[in-house]
Amino acid sequence: MNTGIKTTVLNLTEEEFVYPGNRACAGCTLSLLYRIGTKALGRDCIFVVPPSCLTVMQGLYPVAASQLPIFNGTFASTAAIATGVRAAMKQRGLKTQVVAWAGDGGTADIGIQALSGALERQEDIIYICYDNEAYMNTGVQRSGTTPQGSLTTNTPYSGKKENSKNVPAIVAAHNPAYVATCSASYPLDFHDKLLKAKEIRGFKYFHIQTPCPPGWGCEERMTVKIGKAAVDCGLSDLYEIENGRKTLSEPSRKLLDPAKMKPLDDYLKMQVRFKSLSAEQVAAMQARIDEKWQAYRREFGQAVGNNSGVFNGEDV
Amino acid sequence: MSNQRIDSGNNAAALAVQLCDVDVVAAYPITPQTPLTEKLSELIAAGEMDAEYVAVESEHSAMGVCIGAASAGARAFTATSSNGLLYMSEQLHWAAGARLPLVMCIANRGIGAPWSVWNDHQDAMSQRDTGWIQLFAKDHQEIVDLTIKAFRLAELVHIPVMVNYDGYYLSHTYMPFELPAAAAVKEFLPPYAYLHTLDPQQPESLNSVTLPDARQDVHGVTQGGYMDIRHNLHLEMRQAMEVLQEIDAAYQQAFGRGGVPLLDPYRCDDADFVVVAMGSLANQLRDVIDQLRAADNLKVGVLALQIYRPFPTAQLAAALQGAKGVMVFEKGLSYGNQGALYADLKSALYPYPARPQLHNFILGLGGREIRTADLSQTLKTACLQPAQSLPEQTDTPHWMGLQL
Repeated sequence: MNTGIKTTVLNLTEEEFVYPGNRACAGCTLSLLYRIGTKALGRDCIFVVPPSCLTVMQGLYPVAASQLPIFNGTFASTAAIATGVRAAMKQRGLKTQVVAWAGDGGTADIGIQALSGALERQEDIIYICYDNEAYMNTGVQRSGTTPQGSLTTNTPYSGKKENSKNVPAIVAAHNPAYVATCSASYPLDFHDKLLKAKEIRGFKYFHIQTPCPPGWGCEERMTVKIGKAAVDCGLSDLYEIENGRKTLSEPSRKLLDPAKMKPLDDYLKMQVRFKSLSAEQVAAMQARIDEKWQAYRREFGQAVGNNSGVFNGEDV
Repeated sequence: MSNQRIDSGNNAAALAVQLCDVDVVAAYPITPQTPLTEKLSELIAAGEMDAEYVAVESEHSAMGVCIGAASAGARAFTATSSNGLLYMSEQLHWAAGARLPLVMCIANRGIGAPWSVWNDHQDAMSQRDTGWIQLFAKDHQEIVDLTIKAFRLAELVHIPVMVNYDGYYLSHTYMPFELPAAAAVKEFLPPYAYLHTLDPQQPESLNSVTLPDARQDVHGVTQGGYMDIRHNLHLEMRQAMEVLQEIDAAYQQAFGRGGVPLLDPYRCDDADFVVVAMGSLANQLRDVIDQLRAADNLKVGVLALQIYRPFPTAQLAAALQGAKGVMVFEKGLSYGNQGALYADLKSALYPYPARPQLHNFILGLGGREIRTADLSQTLKTACLQPAQSLPEQTDTPHWMGLQL
């Protein structure tokens, strides 16, 4: 239940829904999200999962790593299968929460048609996209959310040429009940947003930046720090959109004060995948971030004293 | 109480689905299936059917919704045709592999390219290896009866069932049929039940990654690997033919129609020559052989396959043993080889010593008109011509009705 009280490690439930010792890579932040996320969702849930790292993490038949009912379905149809489960719950008079949990490929690329259909129908489901910014489960190939300049196994030498697509914005264009962006490095922010989403009827979408040691080229112990660095430089902006109203979440809100922003380069240098970026490319990326935050400051106010992060009605 | 109707094949299917207490209908428009799902949306909107109607954005999602609904304890239905069925293809394999008792109607239509909206069987034939049971209706009454039986069959054997009927020839023509009484169907078809319903009280992870080898679960019980699971599907699909026969007997007792669940022979008892076909073509052929018997004194019969997968191997071999010649007429083929039904039938007969002379005719693709006079002439020639000296000559399919 959403009590409005911020969850901390002190009041986070000790009940576990995921068994220790699963098949996630060391340092995987998906396993962190999954563990904390299921604590917020509770037991009365049904999960729909397309092929992704989560499929592997959840265990190989006949052993399962989680204590929840899970339907593993085809790659392109996560939102459609979740729709079907939801329709069955409605017919059976059950309030069980239907949770689709997919990766960026399963959401932004092959699954986007079914996602858009379910959004347009305003299906009453929670859809979680953990975005590790490439096809990690098949060995790090580029996806629609892979950032420009990122080295992957099919964008070698100079990295991906194209910009990533802004999936939460695509989702928001469907006017769903709730959109949230999160970072795996702020799992309790994700937790509390889930508590809120559970009480909203309609389509609830979560997009979570999910650092991945083998895919991003970093030490296992660095993943949480890298996720935080992405937020601190303003690249990964955490927000919620409720009924069309956007608010910045706490970890990002401080960046309304320009003095609090860290350079993008700090984040890039922590990862091998960005090693081929030229100084010009980094400068162009930094410029795009600055532009985004200037717009945020126009939208939410720049002064340190007026950093509520609530849209004040002014046009951007 | 039952009632007599005169309606389209699509509406016959919709009314049968209404009787089957379906919980979730998900569908995407495609010609010539569309009127069926329009009718269902109308019945649901009018409150005459208590179901969720999900207007999806593709056939892939239509089957996705059905897969999700059936896994979560709801009786689900969809319908499609042609490229729509092909767009579902991976979902069809998934539904069968997950052992979901779904039912789907197919108003059979040719496949693009080039575009054709007219009838043939290539859509269904191309999906024969998905692990779905495939039934073929010859008329509107069979559309109704097979649809009702399909739900019971699917739910008993945990294998999805396709009910095929010819686009336009059946989907859009009006014919009389009897609609069974709702109460009697309710008695015939027990409430939906699935062995592994997604349930937070009894959590299971369904369709997870399965290794090549059998493996112990946490209780120390050895569970099958992928191949063992797939073998079960095959085995239980073969056994489904017996189950269908039992269901058909129960249906006959309840509704007075049935008795030919696998093969439907017409004037085959004394026949020297047997014509084999599926769908409405088999009924058209009945008229043709009646003429041939009357005018040419040829002893010809028609054997309709009511089921294509699982293939009624033994029944077909037994039915064709005594024949001098067998002519297989098909509205589809395995490109680069022969008609798929012909090849299957030939393989069914191979183990037996008394093998009839076989002929394969491909006809009616993309709605090419099938003229009764042409059928008659073709059959007459096939019956009267002596055996070809070169085996490969008879084994090559003959394309009937080509215009170039």
